[in-house]
Amino acid sequence: MRVLVCIKRVPAPGARINVTEDGLAVDTTNLGFTTSPHEECALEAGLQLVEEHGGSATALTLGPPEAEEQLRYAASLGVTDAALIPTDGTDWDPQRTARAIGHVIAELEAVGGEFDVILFGNESADSGGFQVGVRVARALGRPMITGAKGLTMDGTTARVQREIDGTQEVYELRLPAIIGVKEGINLPRYPTMKGRLASRKLGVQIHEAVGEPGGQRMVQLVSPPEQESRLVVLGAGPAAADKVVDLLAERGLL
Amino acid sequence: MILVLVEHDRGVLAPASFEALTFARAFDCEVHAITLGAPADELAPYLGAYGATAVHQAHHDLLVDYGPDASADALVSLVATLKPGALMATGTDRGNEVLAHVAARLDAPFVANVTGENLDASADRWELTRIRWGGSLHERATITADVRLLTVALHAVEPTPAPAPAVATPMPFTPTIDPSAAITIVRDRVKREVGQTLATASVVVGGGRGVGSAEGFEPLEALARELGGVVGCSRAVTNNGWRNHTDQVGQTGTRIGADVYLACGISGAIQHWVGASGAKCIIAINTDAAANMVTKADYAVIGDLHEIVPAITAAIRSRRGV
Ligand SMILES: Cc1cc2nc3c(=O)[nH]c(=O)nc-3n(C[C@H](O)[C@H](O)[C@H](O)COP(=O)(O)OP(=O)(O)OC[C@H]3O[C@@H](n4cnc5c(N)ncnc54)[C@H](O)[C@@H]3O)c2cc1C
Ligand SMILES: Nc1ncnc2c1ncn2[C@@H]1O[C@H](COP(=O)(O)O)[C@@H](O)[C@H]1O
Repeated sequence: MRVLVCIKRVPAPGARINVTEDGLAVDTTNLGFTTSPHEECALEAGLQLVEEHGGSATALTLGPPEAEEQLRYAASLGVTDAALIPTDGTDWDPQRTARAIGHVIAELEAVGGEFDVILFGNESADSGGFQVGVRVARALGRPMITGAKGLTMDGTTARVQREIDGTQEVYELRLPAIIGVKEGINLPRYPTMKGRLASRKLGVQIHEAVGEPGGQRMVQLVSPPEQESRLVVLGAGPAAADKVVDLLAERGLL
Repeated sequence: MILVLVEHDRGVLAPASFEALTFARAFDCEVHAITLGAPADELAPYLGAYGATAVHQAHHDLLVDYGPDASADALVSLVATLKPGALMATGTDRGNEVLAHVAARLDAPFVANVTGENLDASADRWELTRIRWGGSLHERATITADVRLLTVALHAVEPTPAPAPAVATPMPFTPTIDPSAAITIVRDRVKREVGQTLATASVVVGGGRGVGSAEGFEPLEALARELGGVVGCSRAVTNNGWRNHTDQVGQTGTRIGADVYLACGISGAIQHWVGASGAKCIIAINTDAAANMVTKADYAVIGDLHEIVPAITAAIRSRRGV
């Protein structure tokens, strides 16, 4: 089974997200970077499919050259091939992103054969456009279901479970298929020492970005207004427990 | 004219549809609604109350249960004849999914999760505000297209009936749906047990890395039981395998709306905060008085949660005379 996972490098902000002076990016001066959480689970799902059915997993990312870090992390988990579509690091609109990714998938398939399963995250953590995977699926003419919280495979069919407002839905997609994964579908593994060593040897293929910009453009990022502090410190240690109970009682919770 | 996709499940309306209709009225033009599948035909009068002057009712064998491809085909076929200035839907899982499929078919831009703020639709190029990072950051964005596709972020608009309710004229039609859409129709549905959920519980006792282990949650469980609430957690906890992801509060977890959220040993990273901030009263318990969860909370107790949480449970019991 050939599996491809599309992952995005995103900053890992802590207590708040600061915006650069020109308002066009997140200020990452003191921040680390990570793989978007839904995509960490997509990676795990992809690796589990390969463990169960054989084959190999490839990771693909479009982003600044530094996104190689996320590809190497994927390799430390078990991915054996990696493709990077380098950008200038600016924010790409979803249509342009999907066009470039779709183009490179076609290139990868021309050389290595069709991917039976292509996994995306449900939405990217930073821009949350809810669409890149769906657009790629349309361009490739493959069925696509997002929001996957469960995934099993029987060789020709993918069985996808997801939850909508307390109802569990099941879909069956003929392979080759594309699936958008949600956090919670699995518990992503951590890299092993052996994996870390292997990841250093990973050959990252560089692919040129092809595709026109789309009709959505970012003008500016704005931090929502911070609320003023309203904090009342009730006390320290177990001695403050009574005051907590007073509060709960005031709210009719006892 | 603006076309609003009304979301429903076998005829049960998704309340967020009223938010989308309210938002559409802000554009000061004619608002039409579309419902997919015959089970939704009964909804027309409710949509009129929110200002829709017509309800396009798509009827088709492939529109009995939800399916993203069948839904998108139906929408595209109506858009082709009606030529609305915009097609809007709810910023729900399904709303975002369906509009992404419509956008892919039309090769048109789609702006997900627009808030009601600072809207400029005076020129061909609309300027909007949308949410990023699950709401931790806003983005001003423009959209240039013949039909603007967008979803309205959940709870960003207060749903309000139209000052002058309309009579929504039902307009049944049979859309053209590619038979291949049948691939992504639900095969099976299981209604889950409905009890207290994290999203709707009135009390949530949340635990973070500070709880230290899976077993460390027992005192939090006991407190939640005492208050008729549920236990929530941070992503650090789920990643450690201490609790199931269904308990996670935050950007990639659940947004809570509790009356009281007790956040124990949680630092209050912005991705956790977006899930917690819907709680009406937040009480933080943390050893670090400078933790973000503490400084943003309404109330705080500084100290070790392993001592404080059992003390609260004991105090409740003694007050109840147990
Ligand atoms: C894109 C993205 C999405 C994310 N989505 C989510 C999400 O949905 N939900 C989420 O929660 N996180 C999310 N995260 C992770 C988030 O950034 C934080 O890493 C996480 O919330 C930290 O969890 P924590 O507060 O439990 O742990 P920590 O940050 O390690 O904090 C532990 C806290 O416990 C306190 N403490 C320690 N011991 C004790 C004690 N004995 N008594 C009292 N207090 C104690 C410490 O002072 C500290 O404040 C996301 C991250 C990214 C990048
Ligand atoms: N720059 C990117 N590189 C690789 N994959 C991406 C990129 N942007 C988005 N994706 C994938 O598309 C999914 C949906 O993204 P979005 O439409 O931005 O919410 C993400 O979860 C990723 O799997």
